[in-house]
This record gives sequence, C-alpha cells and structure tokens, in this order.
Amino acid sequence: MTGTAPVAATPGRGPAAGTTARPPGPAAGPGGPLAELRAARMVWRREMLHFLRDPVRTAVSLLQPMVFLFILGVGLSRMYAQAGTGAGVGGYLVFLFPGVLVMAVQAPAVSVGASIVWDRQSGFLREMLVAPVRRSTLLLAKCLGGATVATCTGLVVLACCGLVGIPYRPDLVLLLLVQSGLTALVMTSIAALVACTIRRLQTFNTVLTVLMTPVLFLSGAMFPVSAMPAWMAPAALANPLTYAVDAMRRTIGARLPQGQAEALAQPVAWGGWHPTVAVEIGLVAGFCVAALALSVRRFARIE
Amino acid sequence: MLRTRRSPGRAVAPPSADGPPAIHADGVRKTYPGGVEAVRGLDLTVGQGEMFGFLGPNGCGKTTTIAMMCTLARPTAGRIAIAGHDTRTAPGLVRRHIGLVFQESTLDHDLTADENLRFHADLYALPRAAVPARVDAVLGLVGLGDRRHHYVRTFSGGMRRRLEIARGLMHGPRVLFLDEPTLGLDPQARADLWRHLGEVRRAESTTLFVTTHYLDEAEQCDRIAIIDHGRIVARGTPAELKSVIGTDRIDLRTGDDPAAARGLRDRFGLTSTVGDHGVTVRAADGARLVPRLCAGLDVPVFSVTVTRPTLDDVFLHHTGHRIRPADPASTTTPGGPA
Repeated sequence: MTGTAPVAATPGRGPAAGTTARPPGPAAGPGGPLAELRAARMVWRREMLHFLRDPVRTAVSLLQPMVFLFILGVGLSRMYAQAGTGAGVGGYLVFLFPGVLVMAVQAPAVSVGASIVWDRQSGFLREMLVAPVRRSTLLLAKCLGGATVATCTGLVVLACCGLVGIPYRPDLVLLLLVQSGLTALVMTSIAALVACTIRRLQTFNTVLTVLMTPVLFLSGAMFPVSAMPAWMAPAALANPLTYAVDAMRRTIGARLPQGQAEALAQPVAWGGWHPTVAVEIGLVAGFCVAALALSVRRFARIE
Repeated sequence: MLRTRRSPGRAVAPPSADGPPAIHADGVRKTYPGGVEAVRGLDLTVGQGEMFGFLGPNGCGKTTTIAMMCTLARPTAGRIAIAGHDTRTAPGLVRRHIGLVFQESTLDHDLTADENLRFHADLYALPRAAVPARVDAVLGLVGLGDRRHHYVRTFSGGMRRRLEIARGLMHGPRVLFLDEPTLGLDPQARADLWRHLGEVRRAESTTLFVTTHYLDEAEQCDRIAIIDHGRIVARGTPAELKSVIGTDRIDLRTGDDPAAARGLRDRFGLTSTVGDHGVTVRAADGARLVPRLCAGLDVPVFSVTVTRPTLDDVFLHHTGHRIRPADPASTTTPGGPA
C-alpha cells in the first residue's frame, strides 16, 4: 500500500527538473511571541491529555491524602478530644485540612518532574528541544500544565471540606483553590529543578521521596510550627510550604464561627510578628519565581 | 530490493542553481572535554534534493556530526550552513528548515498519531488552516493514513519510525536528517521504510541525509560518504565507490574445476582460485565475460554467478575493517546477485 494521498495545497510536487527545490507543505512560522504562546499551549495541553487519560493514577494519588484526612486525622482528632484540649472532635480535622490539600497537590506536581526525566529518557524531550521554540517557554508551560493537573486533583479534596466542618462558601473555596494552585506551582518548580539535574528516573523518584517527606512534616501541615522545638522551627520557617499551609489555615479560620479550631491554629510567627496572609502568599510566589528561574537556567543547559 | 543498475540521470543530484546547497560543512571539528576528538575536520556539501548516505561504524562521529548539523551541539571549529543558514549564528532558522528522525523514538506513545503531529505543528507554528491537510498528506506518504487516530503505543516499531518520518516532514523541511532510521527493525520493516522514503523524495523533494550501517540501504543513496575515526575517508556515488574496487567476482561450477582454472589462465589470462564450491575469478566486467567464458572453456559449465563489488568491499578497502562484523544483516544481504 503506497501512500498516494493528495499532497494538499502543494503546487509543483516532485523534483521536476528546473523547478525550485523548495519542498511543498506549509513552512514553519517565523516565530515570535504568538508562536511561543501556541507552543506553550500545546505543551500544557499534553499534560492535560495525559491527566485525563489516566484516571486510575489520579485516583491512586488521591488515596494517600484521603487516608491521612479520614483515618489518621479522625483518629488523632478523637484522641485530642479525649485528652481534653478543648478543640472538639472537629478541631484537628480542620487544622489538618490545608495539610491534606497540600499533600493532594504534591503527588501530581512531583510527577511533572518525573515526566521531564521520563521525556528525556524516552527521547521525547529531543523533539521539543530541537523545535524553534525557547526552552524557557517549554519548561514554564510544562510546569503550568503540572500545576493545573495538581490543582484539579486538589479540587477533589477541596470538595470534601464540608465533611470536616468547613462551610462550602464560594469565596472560601475559590481562595483555597487559588492558594492550592500556587502551592502546586511551587512544588512543580521544585520538582522541575530536581528533574533538570537528574537523568535517571529511579534516582529522581528516590530523591523526591526522601526530599518531600521532611518538607511536608516541617511545613506545619500536621502539627503547628508553634509546637516545634527551637532546633526544628527554623527549618520550618525556611520552608515555603509552611507559609502556604499557614495562609490556607488562616483563610479557613477567618471564615469559621468564633472559637472553633483556634486551639491549634497558632499562626506562624517571626519573633513576635505574625506575617499577614498577603505577605505569606507573596513569599510563596517569590520562592516559586526563584525556583522557576533556576530550573529554566538548568533546563537551558541540557545537552 | 537492490538495484545495481541505476538510472544515470538521478545518480548525482546536480548542485541546484537556485539557492545554496542543502548542507555545507567546512572544516568542522568537535572535541569533547577530556580531549576526545569525535570529528576531525569534516568538509561536505550536499545538494538540494539529494539523498545522501553517511556511513560509518559505531563511534565514528556520525551522531556527533548530525547533532552539530541540527544545532544540538556546537562545533569546536569550522562552520556548518543548512540551506544557507549558519548553525551557530542562526540556530532558529536552521531548526525551521530541518526535520529529524532520531535513533531512539521521540514520539509520545500515550498520544495518537494525529496528536503527535499536531503537537509538532504547534511547536513549529504551522499555519493552522493548513494543518489537517498536511497531517493527511504526510501520513499518506508513509502509509499510515488509516492509523491517524490510533495510539502510538499500539504501533509496531516500523510504523513508529514511519510516523517519526511523517512528523519530521510536517513543516516542509529542506533537509530531513535520519539517524539510523532502520536500526532495530526487521528486514520487512526496513524495506517498507525505504520504499516510503522513496515516496517522500518523489513527493516532497526534500534532501535526505541518512546515516546507516546497513550497506545495502546505502546503495539506494545518490551519494555516500564513508566516515571513520572522525574523518571522511571516501565519497562518491555507490557506483563510483565500487568502481574503485574495480572487479566483479565470477563463481563457476564446472564438470572439472582444475581444467577450468587452466583454461581461464591459458585462454583468458585470468588468475583463478579453485575452492570447494567451484572456481572463482575476478574480472572488470563480469557480465560481459560470461558468454565468452562459456564458449571458450572446454569443460561443461553448470552455473555461473557474477557478483558485483559491494559497499562492504568498499568499506573494507577504505577503513581496513568491516562496518559491523557481528551483524549478520551486513554480511548476508548487501550486494545480491547482479
């Protein structure tokens, strides 16, 4: 079966003698910001296609945060209630909720890094690298795609907020969604930074597993920074996730009835000063920009 | 699959009068940190529309050369121009004018053929309106028209390679680089791929720059360069290269081999060797000699086989070693009976 399909809109086909040797077919565009945007959209779309075509992976990656929230969280909150901390049964669950949200966006965000390593190992990365597109465009689009996927996953956890006693207020849900989006982007950019440095997928997975557990524990997701001893607290204060978790927790706390869940919700403090939620979000965003800039630089050096 | 007689008109693509050559390399060197000299002074000109074969054993500098031509690596010295654009000063322009088919698969197996091609169209900013027709056209060229919406993971190795060729053609490149396009394919898939490459040439008039270490495949190229240890050791059309070797091999099975050998020496002045399977003799134009041999020898002749010199012989002649000793394909398939 030989392909004699019509070569559409291609005058002068075949190397006829005397004609110019310009091959038929549309020429590549001249580049420019619009072309970069279009390439970025495609890279982003590819992440979404992979996400939508693999619902099993999403379901499995949601399993862990759900276990933390509804098994560990419920158990611990009842323990606290029996110990008489005054937080009530729902108190710890509300406290834990932002942490679980962070966990939910972590897995898909990290898997973007893994997919960079995988693309490199499988060869697909070369297809992108030889294209007439800026490398920064490719990496940023990839990170945005990963953050979008992660935010969509986080949305599933967010939808459970009523079960732990957080009201379904549109403004609250929207704020939390934006914040988890930003958190997702931070973790995606960290994963991308690691991915640009590591060639082997197994190494990458090990490194991130080892890296992400202490980062999560030292973010105030499960126990407050105020409860940390003096040697531990500085590590938490240097961790961008701490501010992401704290900002979400205070966003929730501000919209709860007075007195509920306040026992555990000691906001992060620098000395005696509590940075405002806006400052915290600014910090996270700043860290995100720095990590992205660094990974763009690393990405540009590949090969 | 093999054609020993080629139409002379297409043997060498004439350097096109309009526009620069497809590839022009001038004194190109590549030295890696640590002092490894992968490419040591390479001069090369490939005309527009030519099918150019780049031959050499593994580790001879082929892949490095392609990487430099594709702007993926910078030459340590020298200059490369693709369709007149310098790879160092105008890498963006070069990239718009080249298509690449790598040794390893660079497809996304979790997307369909159509999606892979559209991804490419967006990366290269093809005019949107032209994309659907172009996808049809390139898939048709490589015989995958009916697989457009199938996932790549369901494709065989040969189909994947053909899809890569289709993708490399999407943006109408001046030069399509194919780095070992048939590596790891079975003979049937290899033959298929080359048939489709022929189609591509006819329809697209794209310059094809192919590296391979299957010498039978190199026979189909207009011109060949043999590279060894980072240098080009021979170049020319397959016929020219083989004419350097000069002689055809004639194998005779006769009723009395020693007598035949004597006759060859006395009447034709040819030195022959007698082996278990008959008499072997070398001569400049074997095919024309056969009738005279049959008439002139006194012994009964059962069979005559004329073998033209193969590129394997050429390669051995210039480099002192076989291109890939362990590979059965290069020892059995090249240079079938003429």
